[in-house]
Amino acid sequence: MNCKKCKIKAVIGLPRHNAAFCKACFNEFVLEQVTRAIKGERMFGRDDRILVAVSGGKDSLALWDILLKLGYKADALYVDLGIPGYSTKSREKVQQFADSVARTHEAKLLIHKVEEEEGAGIRELADLIHRPTCSTCGTIKRYQFNRAAVEQHYDVMATGHNLDDEASRLLGNVLHWQEEYLDKQGPSLPASVEGFAKKVKPLYRLSEREVAAYSVLNRIDYIVDECPMAKGSKMLLYKEVLNRLETESPGTKQAFYCGFLEKQARALQQGSGQAQPAPPSMAEKDRATLHPCATCSQPTTAEICSYCKMMARAKAGSTR
Amino acid sequence: MRVTLSHPERQVEIPGPKRVKDLLRDLNLVVEAHLVIRGDDLVTEDELLKDEDQVEIRPVISGG
Repeated sequence: MNCKKCKIKAVIGLPRHNAAFCKACFNEFVLEQVTRAIKGERMFGRDDRILVAVSGGKDSLALWDILLKLGYKADALYVDLGIPGYSTKSREKVQQFADSVARTHEAKLLIHKVEEEEGAGIRELADLIHRPTCSTCGTIKRYQFNRAAVEQHYDVMATGHNLDDEASRLLGNVLHWQEEYLDKQGPSLPASVEGFAKKVKPLYRLSEREVAAYSVLNRIDYIVDECPMAKGSKMLLYKEVLNRLETESPGTKQAFYCGFLEKQARALQQGSGQAQPAPPSMAEKDRATLHPCATCSQPTTAEICSYCKMMARAKAGSTR
Repeated sequence: MRVTLSHPERQVEIPGPKRVKDLLRDLNLVVEAHLVIRGDDLVTEDELLKDEDQVEIRPVISGG
């Protein structure tokens, strides 16, 4: 198999693009796809300060690497969840990348330790509040990333979600007709109210395999092990199903997710051209339903946000 | 050839020569969810792997 562009031996075949690339042309392809995502979705500009949410996995480290290579001002935040063994290993990978690559671009790494602020590791917290570990982790990460971005005046927060993440999440939401979540499935979410950071997903045009290939080819040392808490997760099942479909019919994941984004954009445009009022945008809905949490002031639909409620329950549980 | 697999990490001996796509099919693994690495290099599905090669099959799926 030869590179579609320069005809030398290819290192990866991309059936959905009917192409194969050598290392140099594949890197060019990846940077082009990310640039297209950033510009097409108006994610951020040259002068914006970006906070990348890093986990030690291939996606977030590849994202940090790509943004720095493209010349953006990108720092990163790592949330140490205190999972025995796994967190130590993933933190080492992040620190190694920060020391060897990010430092040369004058980018810095911020670290939040769950055990220090929340008083216990993620597994213990989940036990105390009787909630699944993955949802406890999601609440803490969303809260801490948003808080760091807002308090430290970053213009935007970037996550390493790839095409497979978005397509599998969309599949899950459609299978259960969770229409209320579809609004938030776009790759660029505005800072709709005071206290919410803008959130973007610059890797949404790249498949999980493409991001992994980028990391391997560019010698990014990432944690290959699956998070021990994610075993049996529905998202992993949806990804497997989509990959079987993709193998039989290349381009399925892209057609599914990007087709959804096009339909969503068309629906908003059509609505605004009609005599009847356009459906409220996500930002308008947020402004109508969100207000500051009574405890911490971060936006919430309730009186107290889910993070503060969770922490209050954990505190009550630990003193029992 | 010696093939290293993950989740859980293990090694298996598989006779070569064999094409990458045939190796994945024999192990019942989907191409879209894996990368095949020989030594330090990524290889494409049509590459012929030799009996003396050291190969890693790396899953690409992550996240919960």
